[in-house]
Amino acid sequence: MTGAARTRFTRGATAAIPLLFVAIVPLQRGIDRYRASMSAPEELWVGSGTLLKTISMGYDALLADIYWTRAVQYYGAHFETGSSQFKELYPLMSIALTLDPRLTVVPRGGSILLSEPNPIGAGRPDQAVELLQQAIVGKHDDWQLYASLGFVYYWYMKDYGHASQVYLEGSQYPGAPIWMKGMAARIAELGGSRDTSVMVWSQIYQTATEPRARENAKQHLMALHAQADIEELQKIVDNYSGHIPRVTSLRDLVEDRVLPDVPVDPAGYAYVLNSSGVVTVNPASSVRMDILDAGKHDKAAE
Amino acid sequence: MMAGTVAINTFREAVRDRVLYNLIFFALAMMAAAVFVGQITIGIERLVIINLGLTAISLIGTVMAIFIGVGLVYKEMEKRTLYSLLAKPVRRWEFLVGKFAGLVLTLAVNTALMTLGLAAALFYVTRGFSRADTSILVAVYFILLELALVTALALFFSCFPTPMLSTLLTLGLFVAGQFSTALREYGHVAHNRALELLLGAIYYLLPNFHNFNAIGAVAHGDAIPGALILHNTLYAVLYITVVLLGASAIFANMDLK
Amino acid sequence: MVRSLDNLTFQVEEGEVFGFLGPNGAGKTTTLKCVMGLIFPTSGTARVFGRGIDDVQMHQEIGYLPEQPYFYDYLTARELLDYFARFFGYSAAEREDRVAHFLERVQLTRFADVQLRKFSKGMLQRAGIAQAILHEPKVVFLDEPMSGLDPIGRREVRDIILELKEKGRTVFFSTHVLSDAEMLCDRVAVLAGGKLRGIGSPAEIVSIEVHGMEILCDIAAGRQLPAALAAHAVRSGNRYRIQVPEAQLYGVLDQLRDSEARILSVAALRPTLEDYFIQMVEHPKGAPPAAASAGEQP
Repeated sequence: MTGAARTRFTRGATAAIPLLFVAIVPLQRGIDRYRASMSAPEELWVGSGTLLKTISMGYDALLADIYWTRAVQYYGAHFETGSSQFKELYPLMSIALTLDPRLTVVPRGGSILLSEPNPIGAGRPDQAVELLQQAIVGKHDDWQLYASLGFVYYWYMKDYGHASQVYLEGSQYPGAPIWMKGMAARIAELGGSRDTSVMVWSQIYQTATEPRARENAKQHLMALHAQADIEELQKIVDNYSGHIPRVTSLRDLVEDRVLPDVPVDPAGYAYVLNSSGVVTVNPASSVRMDILDAGKHDKAAE
Repeated sequence: MMAGTVAINTFREAVRDRVLYNLIFFALAMMAAAVFVGQITIGIERLVIINLGLTAISLIGTVMAIFIGVGLVYKEMEKRTLYSLLAKPVRRWEFLVGKFAGLVLTLAVNTALMTLGLAAALFYVTRGFSRADTSILVAVYFILLELALVTALALFFSCFPTPMLSTLLTLGLFVAGQFSTALREYGHVAHNRALELLLGAIYYLLPNFHNFNAIGAVAHGDAIPGALILHNTLYAVLYITVVLLGASAIFANMDLK
Repeated sequence: MVRSLDNLTFQVEEGEVFGFLGPNGAGKTTTLKCVMGLIFPTSGTARVFGRGIDDVQMHQEIGYLPEQPYFYDYLTARELLDYFARFFGYSAAEREDRVAHFLERVQLTRFADVQLRKFSKGMLQRAGIAQAILHEPKVVFLDEPMSGLDPIGRREVRDIILELKEKGRTVFFSTHVLSDAEMLCDRVAVLAGGKLRGIGSPAEIVSIEVHGMEILCDIAAGRQLPAALAAHAVRSGNRYRIQVPEAQLYGVLDQLRDSEARILSVAALRPTLEDYFIQMVEHPKGAPPAAASAGEQP
């Protein structure tokens, strides 16, 4: 047969290739395991933004995009594993911002991811502040940066003094919306009142472009609304509990014609009265009251 | 062995090709630059020099591996030097392996020279080596594994008479292999089971160059687990074998016009 | 579908010098490449001493000079030969001897340490021949070995081929130069359009009956050639070249003697290989006069 040896060789090689690939899979898994146990600074490639900018030879904008993309991917990957403190998130974002100070998505989107407590974000509003301040240095007349910074101070750090200052400063730049001045005044006056918080979150909800940010704002608004409802209901329950027989559920209040119907939360679930006499959100509801605990953290960084 | 003869000749060709010397000078210049840069960024000179130096070694080596690699077989086919060679008692696959080994040898020598330059720059800046610096050698070894893998891929595409396309494909595979991890992560995050499986399969099929990146860890003075060194070596050996087998099978059946 | 080679079957005997003739595009180089394993025939085999193309050991016994050879231009002639010699397992000393010997044989000793990129076409050709024979193979395949050579070079190649023959080697070469084929070859094959048109010794192939006779003579000044003859003669100065049918030879010679012509030569007109070649190529329907050997190339 013509080329018998050649055919044998070709057949042998073609058969061996998939087998070898099969052997590669467990090897790769092993490598992934070992690499995960190593520290991640290689995510940064080169640790200094200024240095990168110097050597990037005009491709800094491209590199900035790459770094921002990697920051988002880093966030996504670590979010899935649920383990992380997102240690490299701030450095990645800071480098991206150094490379391209006009890439505003970095401080605006990044500040939320940095500020939100674990497991959603890094829980480091202080880093968010640094990032936003770095951004403002590079682009001091962008009102949106001030709005973001004011929000971080207000919500996550409960630092009403700085929050008010920042909103006021931002309000004077071109394009700043009218509500910024008002916000500054309200915060200075009322501090951490719920109405102010609702105002702030409403603004975020209306102006956010990223779906995750919008969703987050909506959750906060729903929780705030529920919080107000609960306070009202609690007052009613507490007033009524002087009567006999004891109120065991909100249904009772309806039967006694104190309430027209069992009130529902913004997600449509009825509020419930627990065994200790405290009004709470229905366990089945999608309204999450725990997110209002955000910012109750110590302002000081870890 | 016949492949060894081809290898030595390939090495000789690379050395006599003056392009090589330009690259080496460029690399050495980078080392000098690293020293100066180290003096600008205070307190992290060691970090910067190692980062820059290893990155330069890796990048330059990759450029060489791709551009010379893609010409390894193609040039011999185009110039028809292959005709008189294959009339000798040498099998086609021996020829391929020889070309591969010759270029890898060239890259190894090159890398060694550049590493010496890096060591000199490091010594200049830190006035002495620490224990942790030995892990730099591991990072260099990983770079060599990476370069060998790139060479194998370039050699594979070199069998086709399309030098531009071959270069692009090799480069494309290299880039894809750097980001294959990110690709798989996207699959996890996308909440689409079919896409996740597909991207997972692609992840294992693509050559994963990210495996060999230890530059950051080494710059920070981390030790690299011996098990990882073993795994990476085996991975490189297996993957290179796959590529060379594929190239051999294709090349063995090619009519040489 | 165009076939570059169509049912090509022939056999070359050991120790003979075999010429492979044909116009450009006939398929000569294609045939050689098939034997060398550079391209793969759609069907059929080629064997040398019973070993097939795939058998790498077969390559120990053969040498090959490709058409318009090109070698690694960054090597010197000496380095090139040394490189190729390594594939045959010689010791370092043996290699050195061989390289020196064959450089001498092809008159390249003076340029042994010059890089091939500086070689002329003729020099490359000679280097090519050297690399084809330095391992003293039993069979040597030469594709257009004379091309690019000046007359001195061509004579050297002819000498080499004859020398190889004397040593009992088999030489297979393709060429356009028919006179070389006539002079050197024991047998020739004529290829055209991928088909074998004829095969046999040059003598066999052109052993068609004598056409006629040609007489070369001088006429003394003042004398004339007989009118009847003058009409068929080609004249230059006093010299005439006259072609006559064989039967009339002696009659014409008598006439010339009467005219006191001086006879310079009398030669038989026989078709040359060239005539045969042209006939075969232009009229491919003609069956070859000598029987083609069937079977495989040994």
